Amino acid sequence: MAAPDPAAVFDRRLVRRRRDRAAATVGGVVPILEAAAEILLDRLDDTTRRFTRALDLGGRGAVAPLLRARGIPFVVSQDLSVPMAARAGGLAVAGDEEWLPYAPESFDLVIASLSLHWVNDLPGALIQLRRALRPDGLFLASLPGLGTLGPLRAAFAEAEAELRGGLSPRVSPFPELRDLAGLLQRAGFALPVADAQDLPLAWRTPMGLLRDLRAAGEGNAVAARDPRVPPRALFPMALARLAPEPDGTFAAPLRLLVMTGWAPHESQSKPARPGSADARLADALGTVERSAGERAGR
Amino acid sequence: MSETTEPAAPVPGGEVDPALLEILVCPVTKGPLRYDRARGELVSEQAGLAYPIRDGIPIMLPDEARRLDG
Repeated sequence: MAAPDPAAVFDRRLVRRRRDRAAATVGGVVPILEAAAEILLDRLDDTTRRFTRALDLGGRGAVAPLLRARGIPFVVSQDLSVPMAARAGGLAVAGDEEWLPYAPESFDLVIASLSLHWVNDLPGALIQLRRALRPDGLFLASLPGLGTLGPLRAAFAEAEAELRGGLSPRVSPFPELRDLAGLLQRAGFALPVADAQDLPLAWRTPMGLLRDLRAAGEGNAVAARDPRVPPRALFPMALARLAPEPDGTFAAPLRLLVMTGWAPHESQSKPARPGSADARLADALGTVERSAGERAGR
Repeated sequence: MSETTEPAAPVPGGEVDPALLEILVCPVTKGPLRYDRARGELVSEQAGLAYPIRDGIPIMLPDEARRLDG
């Protein structure tokens, strides 16, 4: 419909095609996706709240069953790809995180496990998600953070520089932890928290890692990617640069950035209004109050 | 013998779960949608777009929507 947005980092149509294709292969990597989802859903066990209406964004079959197992009766699974939504396990909706199709206050829980990293307008998506939550509803998301696939990125960059004397992005750019809590706050979430957790993963061969990335629909969808067919030598050359661990496997840990935010509600703790105190701080501290102009110790 | 009943006419696009119909809105305008059961579409009059339904899955992608004429 619309012309490609020149400011867009990711080619969303390509993301969709990759996920369409991956719907047939993602079963093979569900154990990895489930391990990542468990890290995220462990946070649910930290709260005493009961949830009844959940939105699973891009869960690929690894999230909705875990939500059901936790006793949540109503789960909607949204994916950019129709076949991927169909196999995700909840009530299927094909939808775009940047164009969320839900009425305000439709859910009390939103889970986005490893799915928001292909979104161009993350602040816009977060605002729409916050509106889809009821007051005191919980938003939980994990994204691969900076450092994920770091060795792979470096290996491709070095090999390509050698072959072509230039670089093109072959691994998606990932956000940094310090960006995320601020993003949540800007989107109007209360009690925003962002923290990082590593999921150690290793493959027997570097090709195995690339195969699993494709199987999960995580192939390169950077809009500025090099459209030319890569030189035949690129992949072997890049993969040869990856150094195996002492046990012969190739480690590619997933650095998960976990975002937590609540839709605002009056019951949540928040800073008091200035001047609203009904006791003097000086009394509480057992000291004498001095006006700002006076110098202490005189 | 068993009673023969007329098989229900298949709904184009398949039946959408009523619980979904309650919460879905137009992704462009966030306005209401009309379920056109005969065509198997969710229609946003405000946006002039009709979102298709395939195998009971509403496809709420502006790129995939049919433009309403007029």
